[in-house]
Amino acid sequence: MDAGGARSQLGWEPSPEQGWVAPHIAEEFPGLGLAWVEVDGRLGRTTEPVLQRLRDLSDRFYGSHAIHMRERPIPWAYRVFFRQIGLDPDRTRTPIEQLALDRLHAGAFASRGMPVDALTIATVETGVALRAFDAAKLSGRLCIRDSAPGESLPGKPGKLAQGTLTIADERAPLELLFGPSTADGGLESDTARIAVVAVQVKGVPQAAIDEALWIACAAIQA
Amino acid sequence: MIYTRFGLMPDLLDREMLTTLRVGGDERLARAELRRQIGRLEHQLSRLAAEAFPRVAIDTGVAGHFAEPRVAGLAELEQVRDALADRIAAARVALETQGELETSNRELLRRMLAAPAEHKWLRISRADVGEPGCGHWHSRPRLGPLGMLMGWWRVKVSSGCPLSARLAAVER
Repeated sequence: MDAGGARSQLGWEPSPEQGWVAPHIAEEFPGLGLAWVEVDGRLGRTTEPVLQRLRDLSDRFYGSHAIHMRERPIPWAYRVFFRQIGLDPDRTRTPIEQLALDRLHAGAFASRGMPVDALTIATVETGVALRAFDAAKLSGRLCIRDSAPGESLPGKPGKLAQGTLTIADERAPLELLFGPSTADGGLESDTARIAVVAVQVKGVPQAAIDEALWIACAAIQA
Repeated sequence: MIYTRFGLMPDLLDREMLTTLRVGGDERLARAELRRQIGRLEHQLSRLAAEAFPRVAIDTGVAGHFAEPRVAGLAELEQVRDALADRIAAARVALETQGELETSNRELLRRMLAAPAEHKWLRISRADVGEPGCGHWHSRPRLGPLGMLMGWWRVKVSSGCPLSARLAAVER
């Protein structure tokens, strides 16, 4: 399904909200950005149309795709960004490469329930890194910033090292920008509205970000 | 400068970290240049790794400096850049060595096909000559021991990769 298909399925034109990036981080990483869309959705089992979509994706995704993936512009952009923030993308995988690896190991894109499956579909289709948060728990605009002394991530013991890059709302950090996932986005059984967040790095066009958000939202509402 | 609507993160404004990052423009430019070089080198390394697969395993790993994402400084960026350059150099050497080996194997295969009796029992796989897929060329005697005694040698070409499932015809 392309962005147009996703839009018609949604029946509305989602206009992603743009997050902000701390000025000194933006100076260091031009092109770094954050966009998100809120959509009605719950944790739960994946519906049959989305499962079928995952199966179709699995059938279209071969080992050769995984091998040549890092040569494609968007996966390459995330790899480069990982290098630039001190992570080794061969150890701490970029989201799209992690999905590709899981696909090769498991023989298919295994269903992990909603909204994870929706994010999987959108990431595999576009290469864009996505996260999901409980929209009701967010306070104000989202941003990318480095952590202040004494801050920690929800659900994770211990403090963040000062200067760790995080996705945050106007209250506190929510999650690491990239790297080992430590939180579940605050999604719980009573979650009724989900914020789908796309992280943009230099080299990832805005159109890809919009498309990823549309595809994910359409899948969540399917 | 206030970053937030509610002013809930005032400590963000006065941290030493920010002042250390806001150094002279020259160093920021240097970091930007290093990031550009890292991007270019990463692209070259990715192309080499894809080109080499599956003939040569290219090590593309460059140890990360942090367990969690941070703004890397000049020294860390330089180390990443240098390590990537080293990986590319090593990959090129490995590919060149492999290329020479495959060329010599192709020459050996040509000689074996021309004179099987001079290359008794020699077996050359498709991987040895840099070709994809399974299969091999094997210099063997025709009719077993009789062929060995009579000097009737030939090159037998294997039928390729084993099937992943039984042929449909077998079920009938």
